Amino acid sequence: MHTSKRRLMGRLLYDNKWYFLLALICTVVTIVIEFVTPIVLAETLDYYLQGKPSRMPAFVNNWIDSLGGPAYMARNLWIVGLALVGLNVLSGVFSFGKGRAQSIAGENVSLTLREKLYNHIQKLPFAYHVKAETGDMVQRCTSDVETVRRFLSMQLMQVINAFMMIAFALFYLLRENVRITLISMILVPALFLFAWLFFKWVIKNFRLADEAEGKMSAVLQENLTGVRVVRAFGQQEYEVEKFGAANEDLRKKNQKICNLLAVYWATSDALCMTQSMLTLLTCVFFAIRGDITVGTLTIFTSYVWKLLYPIRQLGRILSDAGKSSVSMERIDEILRAPEEPAEPDAIRPSLKGDIVFDHVTFRYEDNRDVLKDMSFTVPAGKTVAILGSTGSGKSSVVHLIQRLFEPQEGKITIGGTDIRKIDRSYLRSRVGLVLQEPFLYSKTLRENVGIAVRDYTEEAVDQAVQDAAAKAFILESDKGYETLVGERGVTLSGGQKQRIAIARTLMKDNDILIFDDSLSAVDTETDAQIRAALKRRSKDTTTIIISHRIVTLSQADLILVMEDGRVTEQGTHDELIHSGGLYSRIFNIQTALEAEFKEENTGYAAV
Amino acid sequence: MQQFEEQDYTKRFSLSLWKKILGYAKEYHKDLYRLALCMGISAGCDVVFPLMTSYAIDHFIPTLDHAGSTQGVPVFVIVYLLLLAVQVYTIFRFLYLGGKVETGVCYTIRKRAFRKLQELPFSYYDRMPVGYLMSRMTSDTQRLAETIGWSLLDLAWGSVMIVAASITMFSLNWKLTLAVLIVVPPLAVISWWFQQRILHAYRAVRKTNSKITGAFNEGIMGAKTTKTLVREEMNMEEFTALTHEMKRSSVRAASLSSVYLPIVVSLGSLATAYALWQGGQLVTVGGMTLGVLQVFVNYTVQFFQPIRDIANTFAEMQSAQAAAERVMTLLETAPDIVDTPEVEAVFGDNFHPKKENWPALRGDVEFCHVDFQYKEGEKVLSDFNLKINAGETIALVGPTGAGKSTVVNLICRFYEPTAGEIKIDGVNYKERSQLWLQSNLGYVLQEPRLFSGTIRDNIRYAKLDATDEEVEHAARLVNAEPFILKMEKGYDTDVGEGGSRLSTGEKQLISFARAILADPRIFVLDEATSSVDTQTEQIIQHAIQKVLSGRTSFIIAHRLSTIRTADRILVIDGGKIIESGTHQQLLRQKGAYYNLYTNQFQEEQAMEILGGAAQA
Repeated sequence: MHTSKRRLMGRLLYDNKWYFLLALICTVVTIVIEFVTPIVLAETLDYYLQGKPSRMPAFVNNWIDSLGGPAYMARNLWIVGLALVGLNVLSGVFSFGKGRAQSIAGENVSLTLREKLYNHIQKLPFAYHVKAETGDMVQRCTSDVETVRRFLSMQLMQVINAFMMIAFALFYLLRENVRITLISMILVPALFLFAWLFFKWVIKNFRLADEAEGKMSAVLQENLTGVRVVRAFGQQEYEVEKFGAANEDLRKKNQKICNLLAVYWATSDALCMTQSMLTLLTCVFFAIRGDITVGTLTIFTSYVWKLLYPIRQLGRILSDAGKSSVSMERIDEILRAPEEPAEPDAIRPSLKGDIVFDHVTFRYEDNRDVLKDMSFTVPAGKTVAILGSTGSGKSSVVHLIQRLFEPQEGKITIGGTDIRKIDRSYLRSRVGLVLQEPFLYSKTLRENVGIAVRDYTEEAVDQAVQDAAAKAFILESDKGYETLVGERGVTLSGGQKQRIAIARTLMKDNDILIFDDSLSAVDTETDAQIRAALKRRSKDTTTIIISHRIVTLSQADLILVMEDGRVTEQGTHDELIHSGGLYSRIFNIQTALEAEFKEENTGYAAV
Repeated sequence: MQQFEEQDYTKRFSLSLWKKILGYAKEYHKDLYRLALCMGISAGCDVVFPLMTSYAIDHFIPTLDHAGSTQGVPVFVIVYLLLLAVQVYTIFRFLYLGGKVETGVCYTIRKRAFRKLQELPFSYYDRMPVGYLMSRMTSDTQRLAETIGWSLLDLAWGSVMIVAASITMFSLNWKLTLAVLIVVPPLAVISWWFQQRILHAYRAVRKTNSKITGAFNEGIMGAKTTKTLVREEMNMEEFTALTHEMKRSSVRAASLSSVYLPIVVSLGSLATAYALWQGGQLVTVGGMTLGVLQVFVNYTVQFFQPIRDIANTFAEMQSAQAAAERVMTLLETAPDIVDTPEVEAVFGDNFHPKKENWPALRGDVEFCHVDFQYKEGEKVLSDFNLKINAGETIALVGPTGAGKSTVVNLICRFYEPTAGEIKIDGVNYKERSQLWLQSNLGYVLQEPRLFSGTIRDNIRYAKLDATDEEVEHAARLVNAEPFILKMEKGYDTDVGEGGSRLSTGEKQLISFARAILADPRIFVLDEATSSVDTQTEQIIQHAIQKVLSGRTSFIIAHRLSTIRTADRILVIDGGKIIESGTHQQLLRQKGAYYNLYTNQFQEEQAMEILGGAAQA
């Protein structure tokens, strides 16, 4: 399982190899220039100004000799100045190149990961989403992706940068003077170890502070959402104390981190400065003996800082590099979940035929049989109503028709074709299914209604909204059709959501329409109004309605009664009312009610 | 939630706003001075270190104009070590102080804002989504504190660094210094220009980033709906547009930053080059020592850093100003339900009640010609009159939006009438403190809300000084004890955040126990419509009866069993009482109540047969 994670990481690097390579080359060039600059200065101080031995390659000195030698240079130091500016500009160009290449590579990594994740999540089977935890998944798709991006595009480069820095420093400095080089690096291992161990050691404090912040936010959130309870019990004082404690705790934990960081920076600065002093003193000592020149001294004093800085960073980077591996694993976990299988040979037949359940048995992953050897026929173009007790498997029936799940035994045919042979998206696009608790997107009402179709006209939206009895409340909203729904917009009631969901389904061309108890939150009058509109609108559409309202059920061409995963009765209203089954019991409530009224009116009410 | 963070912000730097904010950081003023002092010393050290190197070159090392000598090396080492010690100590101090100010300001502002939030009326909460308030209290406050803690530090460091380096350079060679300093103004202008753009670019990145988070959230929550509507392709198209926008804006921001630094460094190197050229020439004629030349070169290399820091600080402050304005708005919002000073003098305020002066509450409630509106021009109640005697149980029924919740909100004084008055025990309730009324109030919400903590903590919420025995007694009264004792740790079971580890029915029972513990005189119940099984339903009905007995009760009722037992049923529609009476009386009228009742009866019975619960 770890190989897939590593393969993905490798893939991300490989796909952006040119950008990474470019960034690498640019890094090398900038490091080289950074090392050359102090040498130019040293050359000026030693060779041009004091006539000490040169440290430049022969071709440079030949050129200088042709101009008039070091004395000429001493008179014309603007050449050196120009060279310095030139070096800086050159370094600037490459460091820009590095920054840009690095950022493009990094952004490509997150773009690839994000799109991969989004696409994959959409293709995961329905069953996966029934169990999925939204918060955790969003976290994986956002902050874990960010961690991986940072690691690949920045931290990896920083580590490479630090090591190259050390390599170059050793290369140059050892040529200058071996003993000073060794003394100049004497504290480097100590600094590295200190940085690394320190962050390993304090990392738990960061976690504690994160937790304290989470706690404070939680107290705050609870207070704000529970503001009515707080006020109703007059507990403002207590809440202030409770928040005060969480707030104080967060302050302490954050202050502790600041203190630790203060210790860290002060100590590592002390190490760096001591190292730099040691280098200076050593240089001075050697210079007095005449072993080295002022130029060498400036080279060492400026290199020593160039070396210490990345090492100080390195400890920190290494100590949290482990995070990216964890993040990659969390991302890969989502990507490893199997998608709905592809169907290259699927067909797209007409769906205007009878829907037949032929000895269908279906169970969820927990092995509980939901539908047991179930057989029934929904005649083409008719309206069939399903009545069933809680947990009888009504919803599973409609989910199976849209192939959101597949039955374990038996088969479902539409117009004689086994639906397993029908292209999944084609089937779903021709079968309009309205869920009981529909999800609306955070877009405007108009966009929500038109969400399932690519191009739509105003008239189509208007008609669909009219038929779904949603027009009145839409027009009453502040901005009408342009009202924003969801997290950023208005909250709709359950019944309003159901009506928008019906309207958006009506916008599609449906051969089959299914209402999974999706009128439950609207009142009986609106319910009737919507059904009347449906009848006008889609005369030859096969319609399945799950409901517990007798009025709704009674007007269907065929009523199926489901109990415990089986169809126990079927027939028309007239056939079922006298059967003594579930349907007739519900129908008889009417009679019971009349009886009760008689009681109430004669004044014998028991309550 | 993040979308609220990126709203409009003022462009102009507002000194008065920052003054006001510094007023909130009063307790840290001393620390701020110390902080600035530390920064100054530290910057001073940074200026002196190159001088040390220069001294070493000029005094110890043999050069063209003087021979080497070891004289003064011990003193040099001691001075260097002293400087090092001072520098290390100031670094430690300013990091410590900066942290103290940052965390402290954050703490103080949060504390004050939280207290303010406890006083603001519900009308405020109606306008402000919780997410909005959350980001005011968390990220905005954090941002503000960071700015106060660290920006000042950067400003102090940068200015001292520039001034000290300039002075040193002037004293060494003023002509050369003048020439070198010419690069400073263009450096400052360029820095300012870039820092602003960089900041804007990153803001655009954050904005897109929060859109992407939103898209993932929606993609995952709406995955099932997406499948049924076959919207995968269109979703993907929209998402791809977002990811590409993200890439574009991120690369733009990164490019801006990586073009800025080289420009500044190159510009700075002009000064270095000039110093080297002119200084070098001076050295050859003996007008300057090698050490001094080295110092000049050193300073010019370091010069751009403080300028960049200052430019960055101003840009940061400008953007933090938006956060500051939002936090200040919250802190300065005046609550519109307040007790008058006279009332406060007698009965105390929300945090310091004077309970000894509180009269006992009997429970007579009267609405006298009450008008009410949430929004200007949209009257919910008008000339509403109602008289309820102590101990009566009132059921409020009617369609959604009819005004039932408004009536209850007014009784609880969560809102106050826009005209007319509400009397409790014959006295306008504005003449008593809010806390007096609310301490005598029992309130059970439609969707019961618990706080994280144990079951015991949650019941005790109504009366913090209740003994364990009292808590358990309350639980027994509403028949909640059997299920509580079945839990692993009994009363000490953790309910999870917002009570998430309990079922809806269990949460309701606990909220009943909580309400009954305080022994309130007025009881308000917004009856739940959500599903519970038949057995729990019966226990809840029993609990309701217990809670209601002997108190003035208002129920926004959905269940017939609750409605039937009320002393009086009020049918409310369009902000008016359209029918009023007992269950039997109203049924006989065959009006609105009759229709409502028959519909509800059928729904409830059908659901009972089918094994679920009613959905009103």
